[in-house]
Amino acid sequence: MRYSGFKILKEALSGHKGWTPAWRNPDPKPHYDIVIIGGGGHGLATAHYLASKFSQCNVAVLEKGWIGGGNVGRNTTIIRSNYLLDGNEPFYEFSLKLWEGLEQDLNYNAMVSQRGILNLIHSDAQRDAFIRRGNGMILHGAGAELLSADQVRREYPFLNFDDARFPIKGGLAQRRGGTVRHDAVAWGYARAADSRGVDIIQNCEVTGFRIENGTCLGVETTRGFIGAGKVGVAVAGNSSRVMAQAGMRLPIESHVLQAFVTEGLKPVLPGVITFGAGHFYCSQSDKGGLVFGGDIDGYNSYAQRGNLPVIEDVAEGGMALFPGLGRVRLLRMWGGVMDMSMDGSPIIDRTHIDGLYFNGGWCYGGFKATPASGWCFAHLLATDTPHDVAKAYRFDRFRRGRMIDEKGMGAQPNLH
Amino acid sequence: MIINHPLLGPCDAQEFTYLGDARLIDRPDGMAGGAEDAFYDYAYLRDNPAGEHRELWFHEQGDRSWLVVTRNTVTHEITSVELARDVARKQGRGV
Repeated sequence: MRYSGFKILKEALSGHKGWTPAWRNPDPKPHYDIVIIGGGGHGLATAHYLASKFSQCNVAVLEKGWIGGGNVGRNTTIIRSNYLLDGNEPFYEFSLKLWEGLEQDLNYNAMVSQRGILNLIHSDAQRDAFIRRGNGMILHGAGAELLSADQVRREYPFLNFDDARFPIKGGLAQRRGGTVRHDAVAWGYARAADSRGVDIIQNCEVTGFRIENGTCLGVETTRGFIGAGKVGVAVAGNSSRVMAQAGMRLPIESHVLQAFVTEGLKPVLPGVITFGAGHFYCSQSDKGGLVFGGDIDGYNSYAQRGNLPVIEDVAEGGMALFPGLGRVRLLRMWGGVMDMSMDGSPIIDRTHIDGLYFNGGWCYGGFKATPASGWCFAHLLATDTPHDVAKAYRFDRFRRGRMIDEKGMGAQPNLH
Repeated sequence: MIINHPLLGPCDAQEFTYLGDARLIDRPDGMAGGAEDAFYDYAYLRDNPAGEHRELWFHEQGDRSWLVVTRNTVTHEITSVELARDVARKQGRGV
């Protein structure tokens, strides 16, 4: 069923009796060409692009819970491609281009809103770094704009420009960045993949891999054995746990990142702002709530809840930048479990086990990567070769010293 | 979280800096055979369990000791706290 203005009008006039479920709820078949573990944004996007771009429709997505209940429903919905390094920037720019055409591709309103993202500058050194990054972005066609303090003041007059420690000296803007309705991303991809015959199997937890003579033949699940020509793992947050079932150790630790949302306000924040020096970022949702976050909690955790000291730290960062926040009530906060990789960059690669493929290590930047991650993983699964923009995301980069260290913080996940 | 320091008693976890897996105590011998693989493993790979995890905490705002804390990564319950020095000695390291 395609959605359209005409369809909405027709349903409005006939009592809304013609709407059907957005995807089926099938039982697993005994064998698929490709099984994707993880029904989050990345897994569902992989299934959609496998079906629509690589003609692979005998595909199942296995989700241990329900669609949209993992990290795709627990993030701050920001999209951007303001990266610097060669291994990264083309990938995120590819992703942003896919976001721009997402709704037409999926026939689904994902509320893609290119309201712009602004990285604030607080020191001369930061300005130099951002000019360099902006030039990198322009060279890769992502677009960037350097704003003076006065220009920032015209757009965001309520920020604290004269903070003693971190005065605002300007900003680096990417006008094409913005936000997307995160749940709609999962639902849109699920619906689009399902319509091409992909089986989305919810409440089906993978409990082990069947590996014989170095080849993966399928997965053991809570709903029985499911055979597969190829198995792709896209379970960021739980990557280490799932891959341990295949006997692999990863360059990844799991950490909790908290996010927060306030009560609904009238429109106050036109775009996304980031305060890198204090680590705070904020946008306003279409419902009016201010959505913001900061640092990870700082120790390994699989609990989808955060600690109080980080709440205090994020609130302090927010107040330093945006004093008006002090009058706003916090509605709720939540924590998502992140794969923190050793260089802060993701992995999309084959494993040493034939037929077993891995996509993970997204740190806390997985949401913006969803379309490109899905496309590149689908490319890898379908063709056995890495996509051009994801060639750097290999397992062996740590051993070979070719890390993609975007933040320049070295091999220590708790520093990112 | 409260970490029950073996010398100082209960301390707020905020006084500490977290380093990660307690296996980082076991730095490989750079002169031994297979050192390259051993260091790759040591520097980058992690078990990352959901459940009991032995990890290193540095009492930065206290007595600057290193502790080995056994903590559940799902419930955040701490079941044992030892001085990293004692752990290393038990393994036959140090004097």
